[in-house]
Amino acid sequence: MKKGEPDTIVNDSVGNSSQEPMINIENLNVAFGPLQVLKGLSLKLYKEENLVVLGKSGSGKSVLIKCIVQLLKPDSGTIEVLGSNVGSLNRKELGELRKKIGFLFQSGALYDSMTVRENLEFPLVRIRRKMSKKEVDDKIKEALENVGLADALNKMPSELSGGMRKRISLARTLVVDPLIMLYDEPTTGLDPVTSDEISELINLVQKKYKTSSIIITHDIECARNTANRILMLHDGEVHTEGTIENFEKSNDSLIKSFFK
Amino acid sequence: MKKIIPIAKVRGYATNKTIRLSDKTIEKSQLASIFFLDVGNMALFIARIFRETFSRNFEFKEFLRQCYEIGNKSLPLIAVTGAIMGVVLTIQSRPALASFGAVTMLPGMVAVSIVREIGPVITALICAGKVGSGMGAELGSMKVSEQIDAMEVSATSPFKFLVVTRVLAATLMLPILVIFADGFGIFGSWIGVNIKGDVNLVLFTSQAFGSIDFMDFIPALVKSYFFGAVIGIVGCYKGYNAGKGTESVGKAANSAVVLASLMVIIVDLIAVQITDMLA
Ligand SMILES: Nc1ncnc2c1ncn2[C@@H]1O[C@H](COP(=O)(O)OP(=O)(O)OP(=O)(O)O)[C@@H](O)[C@H]1O
Ligand SMILES: [Mg+2]
Repeated sequence: MKKGEPDTIVNDSVGNSSQEPMINIENLNVAFGPLQVLKGLSLKLYKEENLVVLGKSGSGKSVLIKCIVQLLKPDSGTIEVLGSNVGSLNRKELGELRKKIGFLFQSGALYDSMTVRENLEFPLVRIRRKMSKKEVDDKIKEALENVGLADALNKMPSELSGGMRKRISLARTLVVDPLIMLYDEPTTGLDPVTSDEISELINLVQKKYKTSSIIITHDIECARNTANRILMLHDGEVHTEGTIENFEKSNDSLIKSFFK
Repeated sequence: MKKIIPIAKVRGYATNKTIRLSDKTIEKSQLASIFFLDVGNMALFIARIFRETFSRNFEFKEFLRQCYEIGNKSLPLIAVTGAIMGVVLTIQSRPALASFGAVTMLPGMVAVSIVREIGPVITALICAGKVGSGMGAELGSMKVSEQIDAMEVSATSPFKFLVVTRVLAATLMLPILVIFADGFGIFGSWIGVNIKGDVNLVLFTSQAFGSIDFMDFIPALVKSYFFGAVIGIVGCYKGYNAGKGTESVGKAANSAVVLASLMVIIVDLIAVQITDMLA
Protein backbone atom coordinates (compact mmCIF):
# COMPACT_ATOMS: atom_id res chain seq x y z
CA MET A 1 0.00 0.00 0.00
CA LYS A 2 1.71 3.15 -1.17
CA LYS A 3 0.97 6.73 -0.36
CA GLY A 4 -1.86 8.27 -2.29
CA GLU A 5 -4.15 5.42 -1.32
CA PRO A 6 -3.70 5.29 2.40
CA ASP A 7 -7.36 4.89 3.22
CA THR A 8 -7.89 1.27 2.23
CA ILE A 9 -7.14 -0.33 5.52
CA VAL A 10 -7.29 2.56 7.92
CA ASN A 11 -8.99 1.71 11.17
CA ASP A 12 -10.16 -1.77 10.37
CA SER A 13 -9.25 -2.62 13.89
CA VAL A 14 -10.79 0.43 15.50
CA GLY A 15 -14.41 0.81 14.66
CA ASN A 16 -14.74 4.49 15.46
CA SER A 17 -13.33 6.19 12.40
CA SER A 18 -16.57 8.06 12.02
CA GLN A 19 -15.84 9.93 15.25
CA GLU A 20 -14.08 13.27 15.60
CA PRO A 21 -10.37 12.47 15.83
CA MET A 22 -8.55 13.35 19.06
CA ILE A 23 -5.62 14.63 17.02
CA ASN A 24 -5.90 15.68 13.41
CA ILE A 25 -2.74 16.73 11.61
CA GLU A 26 -2.90 18.02 8.09
CA ASN A 27 -0.11 18.76 5.67
CA LEU A 28 2.57 19.33 8.29
CA ASN A 29 5.89 20.78 7.10
CA VAL A 30 8.92 21.19 9.32
CA ALA A 31 12.39 22.20 8.20
CA PHE A 32 15.57 23.03 10.07
CA GLY A 33 17.47 25.29 7.71
CA PRO A 34 17.96 23.30 4.52
CA LEU A 35 16.91 20.02 6.13
CA GLN A 36 13.27 19.27 5.35
CA VAL A 37 12.26 16.86 8.12
CA LEU A 38 8.50 16.53 7.62
CA LYS A 39 6.99 17.06 4.17
CA GLY A 40 3.25 17.43 4.14
CA LEU A 41 2.55 14.81 6.73
CA SER A 42 -1.05 14.09 7.71
CA LEU A 43 -2.38 11.81 10.39
CA LYS A 44 -5.38 11.26 12.62
CA LEU A 45 -5.53 9.78 16.07
CA TYR A 46 -8.90 8.39 17.08
CA LYS A 47 -10.42 8.01 20.51
CA GLU A 48 -9.05 5.23 22.71
CA GLU A 49 -6.68 4.10 20.03
CA ASN A 50 -3.01 3.11 20.23
CA LEU A 51 -1.31 4.43 17.13
CA VAL A 52 2.23 3.17 16.70
CA VAL A 53 4.56 5.33 14.62
CA LEU A 54 7.53 3.51 13.10
CA GLY A 55 10.39 5.03 11.21
CA LYS A 56 14.11 4.91 11.15
CA SER A 57 16.31 7.13 13.26
CA GLY A 58 16.22 10.75 12.15
CA SER A 59 12.97 10.37 10.22
CA GLY A 60 11.33 13.06 12.33
CA LYS A 61 9.25 11.06 14.77
CA SER A 62 10.25 13.09 17.79
CA VAL A 63 9.82 16.28 15.81
CA LEU A 64 6.28 15.21 14.95
CA ILE A 65 5.11 14.80 18.52
CA LYS A 66 6.96 17.90 19.66
CA CYS A 67 4.91 19.83 17.13
CA ILE A 68 1.72 18.41 18.63
CA VAL A 69 2.53 19.98 22.03
CA GLN A 70 4.01 23.09 20.40
CA LEU A 71 7.53 22.58 21.69
CA LEU A 72 8.40 23.10 18.05
CA LYS A 73 6.46 25.37 15.73
CA PRO A 74 5.88 23.83 12.32
CA ASP A 75 6.56 25.90 9.21
CA SER A 76 3.14 25.15 7.83
CA GLY A 77 0.20 22.82 8.26
CA THR A 78 -2.51 22.56 10.89
CA ILE A 79 -2.60 20.50 14.06
CA GLU A 80 -5.92 20.08 15.80
CA VAL A 81 -5.93 18.53 19.23
CA LEU A 82 -9.31 17.85 20.86
CA GLY A 83 -10.88 20.13 18.30
CA SER A 84 -8.68 23.19 18.82
CA ASN A 85 -6.00 24.38 16.46
CA VAL A 86 -2.86 24.39 18.61
CA GLY A 87 -1.04 26.95 16.48
CA SER A 88 -3.61 29.63 17.23
CA LEU A 89 -3.88 29.19 20.99
CA ASN A 90 -2.55 31.78 23.42
CA ARG A 91 -0.25 30.81 26.27
CA LYS A 92 -3.07 30.18 28.72
CA GLU A 93 -5.21 28.11 26.37
CA LEU A 94 -2.17 26.11 25.36
CA GLY A 95 -1.47 25.44 29.03
CA GLU A 96 -5.01 24.15 29.53
CA LEU A 97 -4.65 21.86 26.52
CA ARG A 98 -1.26 20.57 27.65
CA LYS A 99 -2.79 19.50 30.95
CA LYS A 100 -4.71 16.89 28.99
CA ILE A 101 -1.68 15.58 27.14
CA GLY A 102 1.01 13.35 28.60
CA PHE A 103 4.40 13.48 26.94
CA LEU A 104 7.08 10.89 27.60
CA PHE A 105 10.46 12.23 26.53
CA GLN A 106 12.86 10.00 24.68
CA SER A 107 15.57 11.07 27.10
CA GLY A 108 13.33 10.75 30.16
CA ALA A 109 13.98 14.35 31.18
CA LEU A 110 13.72 13.69 34.91
CA TYR A 111 14.34 16.76 37.06
CA ASP A 112 17.72 15.77 38.41
CA SER A 113 17.79 18.16 41.35
CA MET A 114 14.63 16.58 42.76
CA THR A 115 13.91 13.18 44.29
CA VAL A 116 11.63 10.70 42.52
CA ARG A 117 8.78 11.76 44.76
CA GLU A 118 9.29 15.46 43.99
CA ASN A 119 9.50 14.63 40.30
CA LEU A 120 6.04 13.07 40.41
CA GLU A 121 4.66 15.73 42.73
CA PHE A 122 5.84 18.52 40.49
CA PRO A 123 3.16 18.28 37.78
CA LEU A 124 0.56 16.85 40.13
CA VAL A 125 0.39 19.62 42.72
CA ARG A 126 0.55 22.30 40.06
CA ILE A 127 -2.16 20.92 37.83
CA ARG A 128 -4.51 19.59 40.50
CA ARG A 129 -4.27 22.35 43.05
CA LYS A 130 -7.25 21.15 45.06
CA MET A 131 -5.83 17.70 45.84
CA SER A 132 -5.16 16.97 49.49
CA LYS A 133 -1.76 15.81 50.69
CA LYS A 134 -3.11 12.31 51.20
CA GLU A 135 -4.57 12.09 47.72
CA VAL A 136 -1.28 13.27 46.24
CA ASP A 137 0.65 10.63 48.19
CA ASP A 138 -1.76 7.89 47.14
CA LYS A 139 -1.60 8.95 43.55
CA ILE A 140 2.20 8.94 43.56
CA LYS A 141 2.28 5.53 45.21
CA GLU A 142 -0.14 4.14 42.66
CA ALA A 143 1.84 5.56 39.74
CA LEU A 144 5.09 4.11 41.06
CA GLU A 145 3.49 0.72 41.66
CA ASN A 146 2.22 0.74 38.09
CA VAL A 147 5.79 0.95 36.81
CA GLY A 148 7.03 -1.47 39.46
CA LEU A 149 9.27 0.97 41.32
CA ALA A 150 7.47 1.72 44.56
CA ASP A 151 10.69 1.51 46.55
CA ALA A 152 12.44 4.22 44.52
CA LEU A 153 10.31 6.94 46.13
CA ASN A 154 13.09 8.81 47.89
CA LYS A 155 15.93 8.19 45.47
CA MET A 156 17.57 10.86 43.33
CA PRO A 157 17.47 10.33 39.54
CA SER A 158 21.26 10.01 39.52
CA GLU A 159 20.94 6.88 41.66
CA LEU A 160 18.70 5.13 39.13
CA SER A 161 19.62 2.96 36.18
CA GLY A 162 18.67 4.02 32.65
CA GLY A 163 15.67 1.71 32.54
CA MET A 164 14.47 2.83 35.95
CA ARG A 165 14.67 6.47 34.87
CA LYS A 166 12.55 5.68 31.87
CA ARG A 167 9.93 4.04 34.05
CA ILE A 168 9.93 6.89 36.58
CA SER A 169 9.54 9.29 33.72
CA LEU A 170 6.58 7.27 32.48
CA ALA A 171 5.09 7.32 35.98
CA ARG A 172 5.48 11.10 36.08
CA THR A 173 3.61 11.42 32.82
CA LEU A 174 0.81 9.08 33.86
CA VAL A 175 0.31 10.55 37.31
CA VAL A 176 -1.88 13.37 36.00
CA ASP A 177 -4.27 11.05 34.08
CA PRO A 178 -3.85 12.51 30.59
CA LEU A 179 -6.49 12.05 27.90
CA ILE A 180 -3.89 11.76 25.19
CA MET A 181 -0.50 10.10 25.66
CA LEU A 182 2.51 10.70 23.45
CA TYR A 183 5.18 8.08 24.11
CA ASP A 184 8.59 8.73 22.58
CA GLU A 185 10.31 5.34 22.50
CA PRO A 186 8.96 4.00 25.78
CA THR A 187 10.85 0.70 25.59
CA THR A 188 14.14 1.65 23.98
CA GLY A 189 17.07 0.57 26.12
CA LEU A 190 15.02 -1.75 28.33
CA ASP A 191 15.41 -5.49 28.74
CA PRO A 192 12.76 -7.70 27.07
CA VAL A 193 10.97 -8.44 30.34
CA THR A 194 10.64 -4.81 31.33
CA SER A 195 9.73 -3.89 27.77
CA ASP A 196 6.83 -6.31 27.90
CA GLU A 197 5.77 -4.86 31.22
CA ILE A 198 5.82 -1.37 29.77
CA SER A 199 3.79 -2.53 26.76
CA GLU A 200 1.27 -4.08 29.13
CA LEU A 201 1.19 -0.87 31.11
CA ILE A 202 0.48 1.08 27.93
CA ASN A 203 -2.43 -1.24 27.20
CA LEU A 204 -3.64 -1.00 30.78
CA VAL A 205 -3.59 2.78 30.68
CA GLN A 206 -5.52 2.72 27.43
CA LYS A 207 -8.25 0.51 28.90
CA LYS A 208 -8.42 1.93 32.40
CA TYR A 209 -8.22 5.65 31.67
CA LYS A 210 -9.54 5.49 28.09
CA THR A 211 -6.53 7.36 26.75
CA SER A 212 -5.64 7.72 23.11
CA SER A 213 -1.95 7.29 22.45
CA ILE A 214 0.71 7.84 19.87
CA ILE A 215 3.57 5.42 20.51
CA ILE A 216 6.85 6.04 18.78
CA THR A 217 9.08 3.02 18.71
CA HIS A 218 11.67 0.94 16.90
CA ASP A 219 10.74 -2.04 19.01
CA ILE A 220 8.61 -4.36 16.89
CA GLU A 221 7.68 -6.45 19.91
CA CYS A 222 6.26 -3.36 21.58
CA ALA A 223 4.40 -2.50 18.37
CA ARG A 224 2.93 -6.01 18.23
CA ASN A 225 1.76 -5.79 21.82
CA THR A 226 0.25 -2.35 21.78
CA ALA A 227 -0.72 -1.27 18.27
CA ASN A 228 -4.27 -0.91 17.05
CA ARG A 229 -2.90 0.76 13.99
CA ILE A 230 0.59 1.36 12.66
CA LEU A 231 1.98 4.18 10.62
CA MET A 232 5.37 4.10 8.97
CA LEU A 233 7.22 7.36 8.38
CA HIS A 234 9.73 7.67 5.60
CA ASP A 235 11.23 10.74 3.94
CA GLY A 236 9.00 13.03 5.96
CA GLU A 237 5.81 11.43 4.74
CA VAL A 238 3.50 8.62 5.73
CA HIS A 239 4.92 5.64 3.87
CA THR A 240 2.39 3.02 4.94
CA GLU A 241 -0.53 2.84 7.27
CA GLY A 242 -2.33 -0.27 8.47
CA THR A 243 -2.74 -2.95 11.09
CA ILE A 244 0.03 -5.15 12.38
CA GLU A 245 -1.14 -8.00 10.11
CA ASN A 246 -0.84 -5.78 7.05
CA PHE A 247 2.68 -4.94 8.01
CA GLU A 248 3.72 -8.52 8.77
CA LYS A 249 2.45 -9.66 5.38
CA SER A 250 3.82 -6.75 3.40
CA ASN A 251 6.39 -7.25 0.66
CA ASP A 252 7.71 -3.71 0.81
CA SER A 253 11.47 -3.80 1.40
CA LEU A 254 11.46 -0.97 3.94
CA ILE A 255 8.76 -2.64 6.00
CA LYS A 256 10.46 -6.00 5.69
CA SER A 257 13.65 -4.54 7.10
CA PHE A 258 11.73 -3.62 10.25
CA PHE A 259 9.73 -6.86 10.50
CA LYS A 260 12.28 -9.52 9.86
CA MET B 1 19.56 32.19 16.05
CA LYS B 2 17.57 31.08 13.07
CA LYS B 3 16.82 34.75 12.32
CA ILE B 4 20.19 35.37 10.73
CA ILE B 5 19.44 33.17 7.78
CA PRO B 6 17.97 36.02 5.70
CA ILE B 7 21.41 37.61 5.60
CA ALA B 8 22.86 34.42 4.21
CA LYS B 9 20.19 34.59 1.53
CA VAL B 10 21.04 38.21 0.78
CA ARG B 11 24.53 37.06 0.12
CA GLY B 12 23.51 34.61 -2.56
CA TYR B 13 21.28 37.23 -4.08
CA ALA B 14 24.01 39.84 -4.03
CA THR B 15 26.53 37.69 -5.86
CA ASN B 16 23.96 36.82 -8.53
CA LYS B 17 23.24 40.46 -9.14
CA THR B 18 26.93 41.41 -9.01
CA ILE B 19 26.49 43.59 -5.94
CA ARG B 20 29.50 42.43 -4.04
CA LEU B 21 29.50 42.19 -0.27
CA SER B 22 32.83 41.14 1.12
CA ASP B 23 32.96 38.23 3.54
CA LYS B 24 34.01 40.65 6.25
CA THR B 25 30.96 42.86 5.75
CA ILE B 26 28.71 39.86 5.91
CA GLU B 27 30.40 38.57 9.01
CA LYS B 28 30.11 41.97 10.67
CA SER B 29 26.47 42.36 9.77
CA GLN B 30 25.77 38.89 11.13
CA LEU B 31 27.51 39.73 14.37
CA ALA B 32 25.54 42.95 14.60
CA SER B 33 22.27 41.21 13.97
CA ILE B 34 23.08 38.60 16.62
CA PHE B 35 23.89 41.39 19.05
CA PHE B 36 20.64 43.27 18.45
CA LEU B 37 18.64 40.06 18.55
CA ASP B 38 20.24 39.31 21.91
CA VAL B 39 19.45 42.75 23.31
CA GLY B 40 15.86 42.47 22.08
CA ASN B 41 15.43 39.00 23.54
CA MET B 42 16.88 40.16 26.83
CA ALA B 43 14.35 43.00 26.97
CA LEU B 44 11.50 40.55 26.34
CA PHE B 45 12.96 38.27 28.99
CA ILE B 46 12.93 41.07 31.56
CA ALA B 47 9.39 42.05 30.62
CA ARG B 48 8.32 38.44 31.12
CA ILE B 49 9.97 38.34 34.54
CA PHE B 50 7.91 41.35 35.61
CA ARG B 51 4.72 39.87 34.23
CA GLU B 52 5.17 36.48 35.82
CA THR B 53 6.35 37.83 39.18
CA PHE B 54 3.02 39.47 39.71
CA SER B 55 0.88 36.65 38.37
CA ARG B 56 -0.76 34.01 40.53
CA ASN B 57 0.80 30.93 42.14
CA PHE B 58 4.17 32.29 43.14
CA GLU B 59 6.66 29.46 43.80
CA PHE B 60 7.43 30.46 47.36
CA LYS B 61 9.19 27.29 48.45
CA GLU B 62 11.60 27.34 45.54
CA PHE B 63 12.20 31.04 46.19
CA LEU B 64 13.23 30.35 49.79
CA ARG B 65 15.44 27.49 48.67
CA GLN B 66 17.19 29.77 46.21
CA CYS B 67 17.68 32.47 48.85
CA TYR B 68 19.27 29.89 51.11
CA GLU B 69 21.44 28.55 48.29
CA ILE B 70 22.70 31.99 47.34
CA GLY B 71 23.41 33.04 50.91
CA ASN B 72 24.95 29.76 51.89
CA LYS B 73 27.13 29.45 48.80
CA SER B 74 28.59 32.94 48.86
CA LEU B 75 28.77 33.97 52.51
CA PRO B 76 32.09 32.30 53.46
CA LEU B 77 33.84 33.66 50.40
CA ILE B 78 32.40 37.11 50.94
CA ALA B 79 33.38 37.13 54.62
CA VAL B 80 36.98 36.22 53.88
CA THR B 81 37.30 38.61 50.94
CA GLY B 82 35.63 41.43 52.86
CA ALA B 83 37.93 41.04 55.86
CA ILE B 84 41.04 40.88 53.71
CA MET B 85 39.99 43.95 51.73
CA GLY B 86 39.52 45.77 55.04
CA VAL B 87 43.03 44.86 56.21
CA VAL B 88 44.65 45.70 52.89
CA LEU B 89 42.84 48.99 52.44
CA THR B 90 43.82 50.10 55.93
CA ILE B 91 47.48 49.24 55.50
CA GLN B 92 47.58 50.91 52.09
CA SER B 93 45.95 54.14 53.30
CA ARG B 94 47.95 54.60 56.47
CA PRO B 95 51.13 56.15 54.92
CA ALA B 96 49.15 58.72 52.95
CA LEU B 97 47.15 59.79 56.00
CA ALA B 98 50.25 59.72 58.20
CA SER B 99 51.98 62.22 55.92
CA PHE B 100 49.16 64.69 56.70
CA GLY B 101 49.29 63.72 60.36
CA ALA B 102 45.74 62.45 60.06
CA VAL B 103 46.08 58.83 61.16
CA THR B 104 43.09 59.23 63.47
CA MET B 105 40.93 59.56 60.39
CA LEU B 106 41.99 56.13 59.20
CA PRO B 107 39.02 54.13 60.57
CA GLY B 108 36.49 56.62 59.25
CA MET B 109 38.01 56.88 55.82
CA VAL B 110 38.32 53.14 55.32
CA ALA B 111 34.79 52.56 56.62
CA VAL B 112 33.37 55.06 54.14
CA SER B 113 35.14 53.51 51.19
CA ILE B 114 34.07 50.03 52.22
CA VAL B 115 30.44 50.97 52.67
CA ARG B 116 30.20 53.14 49.57
CA GLU B 117 32.13 51.09 47.07
CA ILE B 118 34.29 48.14 48.09
CA GLY B 119 31.58 46.17 49.90
CA PRO B 120 28.90 46.31 47.19
CA VAL B 121 31.21 45.87 44.21
CA ILE B 122 33.30 43.04 45.67
CA THR B 123 30.15 41.22 46.76
CA ALA B 124 28.55 41.67 43.38
CA LEU B 125 31.60 40.46 41.50
CA ILE B 126 31.94 37.40 43.72
CA CYS B 127 28.26 36.62 43.25
CA ALA B 128 28.51 37.15 39.51
CA GLY B 129 31.18 34.46 39.55
CA LYS B 130 29.55 32.09 41.95
CA VAL B 131 25.82 32.61 41.63
CA GLY B 132 25.67 33.78 38.01
CA SER B 133 27.72 30.89 36.70
CA GLY B 134 25.74 28.47 38.84
CA MET B 135 22.47 29.68 37.36
CA GLY B 136 23.85 29.62 33.83
CA ALA B 137 25.12 26.08 34.22
CA GLU B 138 22.11 24.71 36.06
CA LEU B 139 19.45 26.14 33.76
CA GLY B 140 21.67 25.42 30.75
CA SER B 141 21.92 21.74 31.61
CA MET B 142 18.19 21.58 32.33
CA LYS B 143 17.58 23.06 28.91
CA VAL B 144 19.95 20.67 27.19
CA SER B 145 18.51 17.58 28.88
CA GLU B 146 14.96 18.66 27.97
CA GLN B 147 13.95 19.21 31.60
CA ILE B 148 12.70 22.70 30.82
CA ASP B 149 10.70 21.31 27.90
CA ALA B 150 9.29 18.66 30.22
CA MET B 151 8.05 21.35 32.61
CA GLU B 152 6.65 23.27 29.69
CA VAL B 153 4.59 20.36 28.34
CA SER B 154 3.32 19.37 31.76
CA ALA B 155 1.58 22.75 31.80
CA THR B 156 3.67 24.04 34.69
CA SER B 157 5.53 27.26 34.05
CA PRO B 158 9.28 26.60 34.02
CA PHE B 159 9.77 30.33 33.78
CA LYS B 160 7.92 30.99 37.01
CA PHE B 161 9.54 28.09 38.80
CA LEU B 162 13.11 28.53 37.62
CA VAL B 163 13.65 32.10 36.49
CA VAL B 164 11.38 34.28 38.59
CA THR B 165 12.43 32.63 41.85
CA ARG B 166 16.13 32.89 41.06
CA VAL B 167 16.04 36.50 39.93
CA LEU B 168 14.06 37.58 42.99
CA ALA B 169 16.27 35.59 45.32
CA ALA B 170 19.41 37.17 43.88
CA THR B 171 17.85 40.64 44.08
CA LEU B 172 16.89 40.26 47.71
CA MET B 173 19.94 38.38 48.93
CA LEU B 174 22.64 40.59 47.45
CA PRO B 175 22.04 43.59 49.74
CA ILE B 176 22.10 41.26 52.74
CA LEU B 177 25.41 39.82 51.60
CA VAL B 178 26.68 43.37 51.08
CA ILE B 179 25.90 44.21 54.70
CA PHE B 180 27.88 41.17 55.78
CA ALA B 181 30.76 42.18 53.50
CA ASP B 182 30.72 45.70 55.01
CA GLY B 183 30.76 44.25 58.52
CA PHE B 184 33.66 41.93 57.83
CA GLY B 185 35.47 44.67 55.93
CA ILE B 186 35.28 47.06 58.86
CA PHE B 187 36.37 44.31 61.21
CA GLY B 188 39.31 43.63 58.88
CA SER B 189 40.13 47.30 59.00
CA TRP B 190 40.29 47.14 62.80
CA ILE B 191 42.83 44.35 62.48
CA GLY B 192 44.74 46.46 59.96
CA VAL B 193 44.82 49.43 62.32
CA ASN B 194 46.07 47.26 65.13
CA ILE B 195 49.01 45.95 63.17
CA LYS B 196 50.79 49.26 63.61
CA GLY B 197 48.89 50.92 66.39
CA ASP B 198 46.68 50.09 69.29
CA VAL B 199 43.02 51.07 69.08
CA ASN B 200 40.44 49.12 71.01
CA LEU B 201 37.41 47.80 69.22
CA VAL B 202 34.92 50.12 70.92
CA LEU B 203 36.81 53.27 70.05
CA PHE B 204 37.46 51.98 66.54
CA THR B 205 33.81 51.21 65.97
CA SER B 206 32.66 54.58 67.16
CA GLN B 207 35.21 56.29 64.93
CA ALA B 208 34.30 54.15 61.93
CA PHE B 209 30.55 54.39 62.22
CA GLY B 210 30.67 58.01 63.30
CA SER B 211 31.89 58.97 59.87
CA ILE B 212 29.32 56.98 57.91
CA ASP B 213 26.10 58.84 57.32
CA PHE B 214 22.82 58.10 55.73
CA MET B 215 23.89 59.24 52.27
CA ASP B 216 26.80 56.81 52.31
CA PHE B 217 24.73 53.84 53.17
CA ILE B 218 21.42 54.19 51.31
CA PRO B 219 22.69 54.64 47.73
CA ALA B 220 25.04 51.70 48.27
CA LEU B 221 22.16 49.56 49.44
CA VAL B 222 19.96 50.60 46.53
CA LYS B 223 22.60 49.82 43.97
CA SER B 224 23.11 46.42 45.60
CA TYR B 225 19.54 45.52 44.70
CA PHE B 226 20.30 46.37 41.09
CA PHE B 227 23.51 44.34 41.18
CA GLY B 228 21.51 41.36 42.44
CA ALA B 229 18.87 41.77 39.77
CA VAL B 230 21.50 42.05 37.03
CA ILE B 231 23.29 38.90 38.19
CA GLY B 232 20.04 36.94 38.40
CA ILE B 233 18.72 38.12 35.06
CA VAL B 234 21.94 37.54 33.16
CA GLY B 235 22.55 34.13 34.74
CA CYS B 236 19.03 32.93 34.04
CA TYR B 237 18.89 34.43 30.56
CA LYS B 238 22.08 32.70 29.49
CA GLY B 239 21.01 29.38 31.00
CA TYR B 240 17.42 29.47 29.81
CA ASN B 241 18.50 30.23 26.26
CA ALA B 242 21.36 27.74 26.10
CA GLY B 243 21.68 25.92 22.80
CA LYS B 244 21.84 22.19 22.27
CA GLY B 245 24.56 19.82 23.42
CA THR B 246 26.81 19.74 26.45
CA GLU B 247 29.22 22.37 25.24
CA SER B 248 26.50 25.01 25.34
CA VAL B 249 26.18 24.46 29.10
CA GLY B 250 29.78 25.56 29.52
CA LYS B 251 29.22 28.44 27.16
CA ALA B 252 26.12 29.55 29.07
CA ALA B 253 27.94 29.49 32.42
CA ASN B 254 30.93 31.28 31.02
CA SER B 255 29.07 34.04 29.22
CA ALA B 256 26.84 34.51 32.28
CA VAL B 257 29.88 35.35 34.41
CA VAL B 258 31.46 37.63 31.84
CA LEU B 259 28.31 39.56 31.03
CA ALA B 260 27.15 39.77 34.66
CA SER B 261 30.51 41.14 35.83
CA LEU B 262 30.56 43.68 33.05
CA MET B 263 26.99 44.73 33.77
CA VAL B 264 27.78 45.12 37.47
CA ILE B 265 30.56 47.57 36.64
CA ILE B 266 28.32 49.46 34.23
CA VAL B 267 25.51 49.68 36.77
CA ASP B 268 28.05 50.94 39.29
CA LEU B 269 29.09 53.67 36.89
CA ILE B 270 25.49 54.74 36.38
CA ALA B 271 24.80 54.57 40.11
CA VAL B 272 27.72 56.84 40.98
CA GLN B 273 26.48 59.47 38.50
CA ILE B 274 23.01 59.41 40.00
CA THR B 275 24.28 59.55 43.58
CA ASP B 276 26.55 62.41 42.64
CA MET B 277 23.66 64.37 41.15
CA LEU B 278 21.52 63.81 44.22
CA ALA B 279 24.18 64.79 46.74
N1 LIG C 1 15.97 21.48 17.25
C1 LIG C 1 16.51 20.98 16.13
N2 LIG C 1 17.34 21.74 15.39
C2 LIG C 1 17.87 21.27 14.24
N3 LIG C 1 17.64 20.05 13.75
C3 LIG C 1 16.83 19.24 14.43
C4 LIG C 1 16.22 19.65 15.66
N4 LIG C 1 15.46 18.64 16.13
C5 LIG C 1 15.59 17.64 15.23
N5 LIG C 1 16.40 17.99 14.22
C6 LIG C 1 16.71 17.16 13.05
O1 LIG C 1 15.51 16.61 12.58
C7 LIG C 1 15.69 15.28 12.19
C8 LIG C 1 14.65 14.40 12.85
O2 LIG C 1 14.89 14.37 14.23
P1 LIG C 1 14.02 13.49 15.23
O3 LIG C 1 14.57 13.75 16.60
O4 LIG C 1 12.60 13.77 15.03
O5 LIG C 1 14.36 12.01 14.78
P2 LIG C 1 13.67 10.67 15.29
O6 LIG C 1 12.85 10.16 14.19
O7 LIG C 1 13.01 10.92 16.59
O8 LIG C 1 14.93 9.76 15.49
P3 LIG C 1 15.28 8.77 16.70
O9 LIG C 1 14.56 7.51 16.42
O10 LIG C 1 16.75 8.61 16.59
O11 LIG C 1 14.86 9.43 17.95
C9 LIG C 1 17.11 14.90 12.52
O12 LIG C 1 17.83 14.88 11.33
C10 LIG C 1 17.59 15.99 13.42
O13 LIG C 1 18.93 16.27 13.12
MG1 LIG D 1 13.34 10.54 18.54
